[in-house]
Amino acid sequence: MPDKKEIKGAIERISGSLVVAGGMEGASMQDVVHIGELGLVGEILEVNGDKASIQVYEETSGLKPGEPVVSMGEPLSVELGPGIIEQFYDGIQRPLELIEKAAKSPYISRGISVPALDRQKKWDFTPKVKAGDEVVAGDILGTVQETVVVEHRIMVPNGVKGKVTKIEKGEHTIEDVIAVVEDGDKKYEVKMLQRWPVRKPRPVARRLAPNVPMTTGQRVVDAFFPVALGGTACVPGPFGSGKTVIQHQFAKWAQAQIVVYVGCGERGNEMTDVLLEFPELDDPQTGQPLMKRTTLIANTSNMPVAAREASVYTAITLAEYYRDMGYSVALMADSTSRWAEALREMSGRLEEMPGEESYPAYLGTRLASFYERAGRCIVNGKDQREGSITVIGAVSPPGGDLSEPVTQNTLRVTKVFWGLDANLAYQRHFPAINWLNSYSLYTERLDPYWDEKFDDQWSGLRVEAMGLLEQEAQLNEIVRLVGIDALSRDERMVMETAKSLREDFLHQNAFHEIDTYASMEKQFKMLKTIVAFHHAGLDALHKGAPMNKLFNLPVREQIARMRYLEEKDIAQIDKLDDTIKEQINGIIPVGGENNAA
Amino acid sequence: MLPREYRTVSSISGPLVMVEKTQDVMYDELVEITLADGSKRKGKVLEIETDMALVQVFEGTSGIENEEAKVRFLGKVQTLPVSKDMLGRVFNGRGEPIDGGAPLIAEQNLDINGMPMNPFSRDYPSEFIQTGISTIDGLNPMVRGQKLPIFSASGLPHNRMAAQIARQATVISGHEDFAVVFAAMGITFEEASFFMEDFRKTGALQRTVLYINLADDPAIERISTPRIALTAAEYLAFECNMHVVVILTDLTNYCEALREISAARKEVPGRRGYPGYLYTDLATMYERAGRLKGKSGSITQIPILTMPEDDKTHPIPDLTGYITEGQIILSRSLHRQGIYPPVDVMPSLSRLKDKGIGRDKTREDHADLMNQLFAAYARGKEAKELAVILGEGALSDEDKAFAKFSTVFEDKYVRQGEYENRTIKETLELGWNLLTMIPVKELKRIRDAYIEKYLNPLLKAKAEKGEE
Repeated sequence: MPDKKEIKGAIERISGSLVVAGGMEGASMQDVVHIGELGLVGEILEVNGDKASIQVYEETSGLKPGEPVVSMGEPLSVELGPGIIEQFYDGIQRPLELIEKAAKSPYISRGISVPALDRQKKWDFTPKVKAGDEVVAGDILGTVQETVVVEHRIMVPNGVKGKVTKIEKGEHTIEDVIAVVEDGDKKYEVKMLQRWPVRKPRPVARRLAPNVPMTTGQRVVDAFFPVALGGTACVPGPFGSGKTVIQHQFAKWAQAQIVVYVGCGERGNEMTDVLLEFPELDDPQTGQPLMKRTTLIANTSNMPVAAREASVYTAITLAEYYRDMGYSVALMADSTSRWAEALREMSGRLEEMPGEESYPAYLGTRLASFYERAGRCIVNGKDQREGSITVIGAVSPPGGDLSEPVTQNTLRVTKVFWGLDANLAYQRHFPAINWLNSYSLYTERLDPYWDEKFDDQWSGLRVEAMGLLEQEAQLNEIVRLVGIDALSRDERMVMETAKSLREDFLHQNAFHEIDTYASMEKQFKMLKTIVAFHHAGLDALHKGAPMNKLFNLPVREQIARMRYLEEKDIAQIDKLDDTIKEQINGIIPVGGENNAA
Repeated sequence: MLPREYRTVSSISGPLVMVEKTQDVMYDELVEITLADGSKRKGKVLEIETDMALVQVFEGTSGIENEEAKVRFLGKVQTLPVSKDMLGRVFNGRGEPIDGGAPLIAEQNLDINGMPMNPFSRDYPSEFIQTGISTIDGLNPMVRGQKLPIFSASGLPHNRMAAQIARQATVISGHEDFAVVFAAMGITFEEASFFMEDFRKTGALQRTVLYINLADDPAIERISTPRIALTAAEYLAFECNMHVVVILTDLTNYCEALREISAARKEVPGRRGYPGYLYTDLATMYERAGRLKGKSGSITQIPILTMPEDDKTHPIPDLTGYITEGQIILSRSLHRQGIYPPVDVMPSLSRLKDKGIGRDKTREDHADLMNQLFAAYARGKEAKELAVILGEGALSDEDKAFAKFSTVFEDKYVRQGEYENRTIKETLELGWNLLTMIPVKELKRIRDAYIEKYLNPLLKAKAEKGEE
């Protein structure tokens, strides 16, 4: 690492979260600086001669021109090492619990400096290599049990390779040297604590195509608009359409080994909700509390704006670190619009030429380079581990208008679009994902995966169900004009099945203890049963069965109740097939075969 | 340190004054300007450079002269003197008493900008507040520590409703220290005196603190008014352990004032000319609602805003909706039908309701009943729309029942008197009574056990009556 050079300057101008300092000759872009007597943290955004424009991550009131500004000659970085999981950080990786202790107050005061990772705590380090082994960057030196479910793998830092000459088993703090790697006459001391600049993506060996699904337990998502491991998705929607509940549902039930949840410019109570709820909920895959695989980053809407901008980078760097260990990581960002607004605010204060809706012209590139850090890949290291980051970003378009720049730029880079619909939300249909305008570009890629698992039936079912919903939308137009009686018997059946799909399959109650999560097996069986009733029903109508009797068969009540079956009882759904046949045969009039239209 | 005095005002534009050759000025520092005639005005530093400061004058700049004005930097940020004696008093938008009483003896002087609450230190709001209004208690229940705005529009009775909430709000668990902090921003004298009169008449004034910035007071003063009110509320809630309801009206005027300053500073405008930081600015106020771990007090916010052109997508209601925990929307159509309070049930929402209702809080059947009423009302309204196009005859018997339900629902459940204080039990019973109009098999959102327990006795009574 190059020598750190300290540069001292003084404040010349203050405007909101922007400070301009003079005498900063030699300072480089994106270096971290400490401002004023309080030592507020900031980052250099622009260098002009000896003047540096700095965005300050804390409230600036009380600062004066002339106060010192010190650059440490190092870009904004996060600390990596055991202790990240189960933590609750602010936007620049300060643990909020320690801030509370340091401030001795429930409010966040300024100039607080607390370590991101516990320096005292001892971790039990188990080496995976021995002295004399040759290692390259990314190789696993050893492991530490971080939580019950997360094995933290200590890797050879980037840029280091050579022969291990010393490795220390046993209890160590993160600042102890646990291994020494020698390469010729160069000697590296490796500690558990490592640092990485947040704006620089961590390198990987090579990237893979996203053709493995990441299930979320949410039927509308997994069945119709799935996301792949390493994929990117966005959830735009007006307020009150359930964005946050959906993000919480993903954080809870997504089939990922690590979850990074970043609340960026959102409500304080929502983060508190996550913080109180996650330790109580069990992960369906491990049976352990969800918090044991989760790390939270909160920069609520009233916390300093500039730190909001940093929070998504902090989050994705932490995600990359766990990906490099070989984990599948899911990153939820709620909401990227607030991040873009922070960009806009700083851009305005820098007096840059505004682009669309006064967002800076580089909004699109910034968004794209953020989402590009997602992906499924073979990470560095000789053992060719596979890791992935799936990014799900919420977008809050003003007035629910999707034509605004943040949504449009996001849509260009993400592959899945879950469009939330205010009208569905008013009808209390949740998740309020509109099935007509949402899309997923992974659907076709993932079909082979599920077809193999479900006897080649999956993609057929999905296409048919989607077609029925589409038909319903068209038929609804007719009904609105001339009434339901104008429809043919077949069309009435389509309407009934589509209604059943909507109410019994797509609608999912996030607050019901069973309905909140559905495994793929359960989803498959449910979908199959609904479509089976459709086919049997059409057949019966052709044979002259009365429509009213068909629509009011008792088995339909059972179909509606499938969602409340526990995972261990889902075999019962298979039996519905026979019940459907039996009950439908019961209402076909004698000699019905001849009545076939 | 002696306060420094400058006579170097170089330019005045809108609410902003540029002072030159300044030294040692702090960002956000409080400023006092003495005019030629000896009168004094307050302001604060908006932007500083090494030898220049941009000052925003709260009372407006008219009458300030370049030559004569003396500017003093007071060496501190804007603070508010607070004490428990604030209760029952009336202040202006800058926090100075205007009720003719003695000046306040301060227990503490607090920075009006407050500091962000640490999300780690927050406690999740979960205590039900009974407002006595069925559409809120029954369908959009409010909890202590929530921020629940009323989206209104010009000509709608939001003030009467706010006064009713302030009058009636209680917690079912019993009597506790309870206070109302009321901040008026740019409302008319008539509206302000309505509130004062109402609080005085009902005896609520004793537990109320009022901050009044009238329509003809300087617009810039409005920027501090809500912050002052919230600082007072924080003191009462977290130092004096009181449960505080803060009513802020009208946020639309506040945002207009913010736009005025932004324009005077020649900032790049965002949507509709409002500054790009409107979201952050509003959030620093709304997020001051809440509860804290280890403190028994709470701050519940009811901001009121009038939607320009009844448009919910206008930046002010839109950004508010993204920050607050739900919204109560008033409907012009209900108002025209003479229904008070004209709460538009469908788009109204309380995000924190799930944690505040149910067994031990309100009643076990509350959630199911609420969902069923929503669903039934939605279906009834849909049926009515259909009937308009195709005629009543096109409706099925069930749809007819739902259509009738929705009419009666608006008349009996939504409509209530301005001084009618319904307990939550009365509201729930009313809901069940209305559901007797609908065939039982259509009540899909309610658990069978609750139908058995709450609905069947009503149906039985109805049947007996019918036989008589």
